[in-house]
Amino acid sequence: MSIFEYNGSALIAMVGKNCFAIASDRRLGVQLQTIATDFQRIYKVHDRLFLGLSGLATDAQTLYQRLVFRHKLYQLREERDMKPETFASLVSAILYEKRFGPYFCQPVIAGLGDEDKPFICTMDSIGAKELAKDFVVAGTASESLYGACEAMFKPDMEAEELFETVSQALLSSVDRDCLSGWGGHVYVVTPTEVREMILKGRMD
Amino acid sequence: MSKAAVDLPPKGGFSFDLCKRNDMLAKQGLSGPSFRKTGTTIVGLIFQDGVILGADTRATEGPIVCDKNCEKIHYMAPNIYCCGAGTAADTEAVTDMVSSQLQLHRYHTGRESRVITALTLLKKHLFNYQGYVSAALVLGGVDCTGPHLHTIYPHGSTDTLPFATMGSGSLAAMAMFESKYKEGLSRDEGIQLVVEAICSGIFNDLGSGSNVDVCVITKGHKEYLRNHLLPNPRTYVNEKGYTFPKKIEVLMTKITPLKERVEIIETGDAMEE
Repeated sequence: MSIFEYNGSALIAMVGKNCFAIASDRRLGVQLQTIATDFQRIYKVHDRLFLGLSGLATDAQTLYQRLVFRHKLYQLREERDMKPETFASLVSAILYEKRFGPYFCQPVIAGLGDEDKPFICTMDSIGAKELAKDFVVAGTASESLYGACEAMFKPDMEAEELFETVSQALLSSVDRDCLSGWGGHVYVVTPTEVREMILKGRMD
Repeated sequence: MSKAAVDLPPKGGFSFDLCKRNDMLAKQGLSGPSFRKTGTTIVGLIFQDGVILGADTRATEGPIVCDKNCEKIHYMAPNIYCCGAGTAADTEAVTDMVSSQLQLHRYHTGRESRVITALTLLKKHLFNYQGYVSAALVLGGVDCTGPHLHTIYPHGSTDTLPFATMGSGSLAAMAMFESKYKEGLSRDEGIQLVVEAICSGIFNDLGSGSNVDVCVITKGHKEYLRNHLLPNPRTYVNEKGYTFPKKIEVLMTKITPLKERVEIIETGDAMEE
């Protein structure tokens, strides 16, 4: 069994017109036993930057705490929030530092950059950045997620349509994966507001 | 005072803190993750005015294509570029690191960087890690001593060649080069040959695919032709898009309005004499 399949996860981030959506499943398991159905995988770094961490839950929490620490230091020194591109480089450097004994995490970073341009990015567990212009996926359900997103994605979607697309892609993919599911947690971020939604999915 | 309480900024280099824990997990049967590789076809050739580098744009994670349009031609210096194959994180990190070192060296010496400098920095680093930093590179550039093309293997050995290929598609690309290469190619002939070699890799090797990137470096000038050729466009695109039969059920919605971003214009007092 792979270490990534110990806890199970599904993460997706998608770009729309001056907005982005980031979504995750809600299950936390220990191999095949479910121990929580409200686990939070997506964290807010600052108002316009969200980080999702898939993979081993303990490493995800440790990595998140490290990154929050580095971001707070940055805020104290620079007196402003980190840009998404800078944050992605920071995460990549922290993961590559552990090249020969890595954190078993795959982060998904989504944020609004300068001029409200959406930015999404994912990395493998040693920090190889993948900057996509349409969508990024991570987790045990990633193969289904790739397929669902390829079919359902359209460029320049508004926030409503983007929410619908992301939710349908997430729920249809986790329905085919035993290790993730039990609902969905979606954030849709536009320049004026952040909408957080909990989805009803199959509870199996 | 506990060392673990303070997360000091690292002094640089690799940290092996988690190795023991990862070994323990592996012994319990939980195997480690597969890293993103750049299956790849990368090529370089020397033509009459300089160097041309070419690469495909597919990144794979096991058998899945995770990036259909990644950049494999990395910037090292204004006159030096490097294509990378192998583990994606390793190629990116090692080329970024040597690029920074070359920049510092340019500040120290006030001169244009030489390709041989980049070569020595890369091979020293790779040999130091005995092949565990899995980066196979094709390094090319034009400096004051002329055009140069080198290949660097993950264990640190290098070759200096008039034309070179690396990656899983290297045999397919080398077949094109061996049959059609000649000395003193013109710019257009060179680009044509590089494109043919990369296409040969794209269509015959499963680890390479998508588009062709080309970079032409001549004395005092460089041209990075990103997505020079797109031989694999998406077919059968439905303009109507996707219609969903089932509606999404939402259990809870929370809307947080974001604060207006305020520009603070400093009206500072002039310093008193």
